[in-house]
Amino acid sequence: MTSIPDKRPSLAAWLVKSGAVVLRYLAIFVVAFTLFGIILWIAGKDPWLAIRDTLTYTLGSGRGLSEVVVKMTPLLLTALAVAVPSRVMLINIGSEGQLYMGACLGTWVALSFTGLPAWVMLPFMLFMGAMGGALWALVPAILRARGLVNETITTLLLNYVAPSLVTFFIYGPWRSPGNSFYPQTPDFVPAARLPLLGDTRIHLGLVVGLVMLVLYWLLMKYTRWGLEMRAIGGNAQAAKRSGIPVTTYLILALCIGGALAGVAGIAEVAGAHGRLRPGFSPGFGYTGFLINWLAGGHPLGILVMAFVVALITSGGDILQINQGLPFAVVDILLAITLFVVLARPALRLKGKRA
Amino acid sequence: MTDPTSVSASPAPLASMRAISKSFPGVLANDRIDLDIHASEIHALLGENGAGKSTLMKILYGFYRADSGEISMHGRPVSIFSPHEARAMHIGMVFQDLALIPAFTVAENIALFLPHLPAVLDARAIESRINEMAARYDLQVRPRALVSQLSIGEQQKVEILKLLLSDARLLILDEPTRVLAPHEVQALFRVLASLRRDGFAIVLITHKMKEVLECADRISVLRGGRVAGTLTRAEASEARLLELMFDKKLPPLQTQGPTPAGTEARTLLELRDVGTQAVGAAPTLSGINLRLAPGEIVGVAGVSGNGQRELGDVVLGIERCAAGRKFLFGQEFTRRSIRAARTAGVAYIPESPLALAAVPWMTVLENMVLSRTQVFARWGGLRMDWRAARSEARLGLERFGYSVALDVPARSLSGGNLQRMVIVRELAPGPQLIVASYLTRGLDVHSALAARQALLAARAQGAGVLLISEDLEELFALSDRLVVMFAGRMVGEFRPADTTPYEVGRLMTGAEVAHDVHP
Amino acid sequence: MTLLSLLGVVSSAIFSGASLLYATLGETINERAGIVDLALEGVLLVSAATGFAVTVETGSPYLGVLAAMLAGAAINLLFGYLVIGRRANQLASGLAVMFFGFGLSALIGRDYTSARINSLPRFALPGTSLIPALSTSQFKFDPLIYLALPVTVLVWWLLFHTRWGLGLRAVGENAQTAFAAGRSPQRIQYQAIIASGLLAGMAAAHLSIAWTMVWGEFMTAGRGFIAVALVIFSKWHPLRAIAGALLFGGAVAFQLLMQASGIQISPFLLDTTPYLLTLIVLMAWGGTRRHAAPASLGRVYQGTE
Repeated sequence: MTSIPDKRPSLAAWLVKSGAVVLRYLAIFVVAFTLFGIILWIAGKDPWLAIRDTLTYTLGSGRGLSEVVVKMTPLLLTALAVAVPSRVMLINIGSEGQLYMGACLGTWVALSFTGLPAWVMLPFMLFMGAMGGALWALVPAILRARGLVNETITTLLLNYVAPSLVTFFIYGPWRSPGNSFYPQTPDFVPAARLPLLGDTRIHLGLVVGLVMLVLYWLLMKYTRWGLEMRAIGGNAQAAKRSGIPVTTYLILALCIGGALAGVAGIAEVAGAHGRLRPGFSPGFGYTGFLINWLAGGHPLGILVMAFVVALITSGGDILQINQGLPFAVVDILLAITLFVVLARPALRLKGKRA
Repeated sequence: MTDPTSVSASPAPLASMRAISKSFPGVLANDRIDLDIHASEIHALLGENGAGKSTLMKILYGFYRADSGEISMHGRPVSIFSPHEARAMHIGMVFQDLALIPAFTVAENIALFLPHLPAVLDARAIESRINEMAARYDLQVRPRALVSQLSIGEQQKVEILKLLLSDARLLILDEPTRVLAPHEVQALFRVLASLRRDGFAIVLITHKMKEVLECADRISVLRGGRVAGTLTRAEASEARLLELMFDKKLPPLQTQGPTPAGTEARTLLELRDVGTQAVGAAPTLSGINLRLAPGEIVGVAGVSGNGQRELGDVVLGIERCAAGRKFLFGQEFTRRSIRAARTAGVAYIPESPLALAAVPWMTVLENMVLSRTQVFARWGGLRMDWRAARSEARLGLERFGYSVALDVPARSLSGGNLQRMVIVRELAPGPQLIVASYLTRGLDVHSALAARQALLAARAQGAGVLLISEDLEELFALSDRLVVMFAGRMVGEFRPADTTPYEVGRLMTGAEVAHDVHP
Repeated sequence: MTLLSLLGVVSSAIFSGASLLYATLGETINERAGIVDLALEGVLLVSAATGFAVTVETGSPYLGVLAAMLAGAAINLLFGYLVIGRRANQLASGLAVMFFGFGLSALIGRDYTSARINSLPRFALPGTSLIPALSTSQFKFDPLIYLALPVTVLVWWLLFHTRWGLGLRAVGENAQTAFAAGRSPQRIQYQAIIASGLLAGMAAAHLSIAWTMVWGEFMTAGRGFIAVALVIFSKWHPLRAIAGALLFGGAVAFQLLMQASGIQISPFLLDTTPYLLTLIVLMAWGGTRRHAAPASLGRVYQGTE
């Protein structure tokens, strides 16, 4: 995928290629759903009922659809949080922890500066959310750039630290008085809430996510920095010898990834919840990683996959309510989808990685 | 074709290959080759890079499978489909990049290949077997030493011991002298001679004619995938071998270019007492003092692993100066980045372009822009001016006389064309200081020639070149000055006319400290 | 701090560290063969759930341990199939199997979250009754703990003193060379996967059946990753893993001690101790350790030709 302006593929060629991609993905999901259905059946549940319930709820009603979009919003950003570092061959599994830290720092703004007007408060919150996530990624980034420790392990470990820190704050200095059964912070002031779309629960975070997707696409395709990043991802040794500052890019990429996850965190808290609760993320970070892998790092793929995965996780809610299964069961389906992709490399969307 | 009344003691060959053909995508490596290998004989396979020698022997060793043809051992046809099977037939091969595991000890490496290793290892028994064989053929090594701590020459001994202890009777050595200094080569030949006395059959793959004339009993010359001719030592001479190796005359290397402009021009490179801090097993440089003036080629000789590559890396900035100071074009660059060095006018051409200089899946055009992205960036970096990049790339290729497609992925190019791409990228902007690090390694003869000519042309325009190479012939032919590296230090500095490869070779292996080191 | 509470910490460290040790041993075998198994967390969870469920259903903790071991081997084989058979990326495959383990363990364990089981017997080593300080109830350990040391020595001996171990380490250093020496890298890697799966099963069994005696979703709380870090910490050497496991087991026990001593540190902050400790260790020792890693760690063996 070069960015040489004179080479534009014909419309027909593009359609054929896209059609092949769509078919591939359909095949993946059919196989994955079948396998998942078998597991459900072994567990004594009715797979057809599960699928029917999920589809009727999500696609059959306006409210259901909007809920899917709400679920999709943080996934866009956490998938990007993995995509950006992956261009320089970094594996950011830490988006879960970065997400929590972004929520943490953003919440601090929301609770401490309650007098600010919305047009000051919101950007400030989002900015601090980004900072929280970026800072959480900084130590792993530096360790990796220095060649000391692989970022996979460090970011993973920090994933376990962040939620505990957040819980500490919620039980401690930020505890909302009067609500002793479900510890949480006080409700955010209206100025600290992200504006909603109509009477749905879809919040501004969606716009932020979509804008970031477009920026990511533009960055990688056209800019000098995208070119240099792709060079690092393709051959870090060659890029280094060509003068590209590899260390700087490694640190920046991981921190940008962290920032994106941090924004996801505060957007979810300020948009969908309006208060910080412990354990508010049902694994958005990990799911984002999955989405990015499935999408091969392509922005459009991320959009589509995020929607599909949000659909599936909505199904998880249904399964929990209707059939009494633990929510984590949805992880099985997601994992099976990933298995199918990993086991048949020919099926994966043609990304830049071998 | 083999002369039946030749030197070998036993007339019937130990191994025969008949009508062996093998092709890879795009190249016919072996074209109906016939070859006989006899016991008690050193049989040299001579030919240039790419002539098909390694491929043929890898087929014998079971590493590749021939497309057609037949192999017989002791007169009976056999099929060899894996190195394991080859070793069962007492064939052993020492590869160019030694197949040793650096983290294992000598004993562990050898044990891995022993054919009848018991399930529970008996370290002492293995060690005594090693020592016994080593004593017999003068291949002393310490069995408990880690291979990573051995020199290349010692590692080669381990490889040969490995073959002997796994009962090989037919030994194939692929370019064994590439990494050895001249006196180590002599030692190797003595070992081969004593093996020959004991009835081993030895195949020596090489492109060095002089060695062949020194030690081989029978010489088969390969050219373009075919056997150009087989001679006995009595029949062979340098002229005849050259004739067989090359079918047309190569243009002579224009080494005598116009003498560069006067020496008042400022020093391009100065290293003052420079040292590095290496990680792991890599060599550490210390006390390096070097000056490079415009219009001169300084050759850097050394056995690989003694700091030559690190020297080039320090000049570019890949390795940081842990001690001392570095000056480029008169200004201090000790702590400055690679990009700063490049912008100031330093170019860098490494070996293995696909590994070190190019991004395999990016197009040629994109690769050619990588070292100068700031030149083609517009709007502060938001956009790249590909039109300008394309025209500059075309102009550069034309100037050098190369033809390389711009819109194909780099990995689809041959090694020679890749190196040409890198040469244009690095030299077309007219750098004043060029670091060439093993740039002709593994290249076919025409590409190597083109690379050397590009360096000479650059010198003629007043650039300075630091030429790092393992090929003493190349260094002697091209350098105005020659420095020798050993164990991370500069141990000698000469003009090629004032010394011989043998002397340089001794310095390369630390056999002698030079009396002439420039401050 | 009384002697009793100190012994209590040591005892807790041993209880906590035993499962870490088994998991680390398994991962050491994997990594020596060149495979990084990020699925370990998921493997541990599935094994724990399976073992616990079988213990509840059959009433026999021994059957439960066996079931856990077999489950561990099975899930690890799934990971192995992706990585060895399909040559997929090791990190992504590991995470995929980890997610699978999250979900599958939740599914298996869903009916057992408040079950009670007969645990493995705990007894003191004969002879400790002679030392009055040690003859407390704290120093009674279950069979899996007593087995830990011999198993460690066995793993060490297998890796460094047998032909099999030599071949396995060769695969982890350079699969091509191992192949040239007549070994089959794929078969050896599968064997490593099975062995480490069995060991992970033992770790999980100890965690759910022998020590905590409960099942809860995500009960392993990152032990799989601490084990991966411990492998680096112990320089891929089984015997050194003992020290690491004790140290990190101690970190978990340290939390309990703090709470018991009435020192007012938020339990949530204490929760982070093992992970932070792992991180600090990796930071301090990671650089030098990297060069002790098997040379082909993480690389997918592509086969010849």
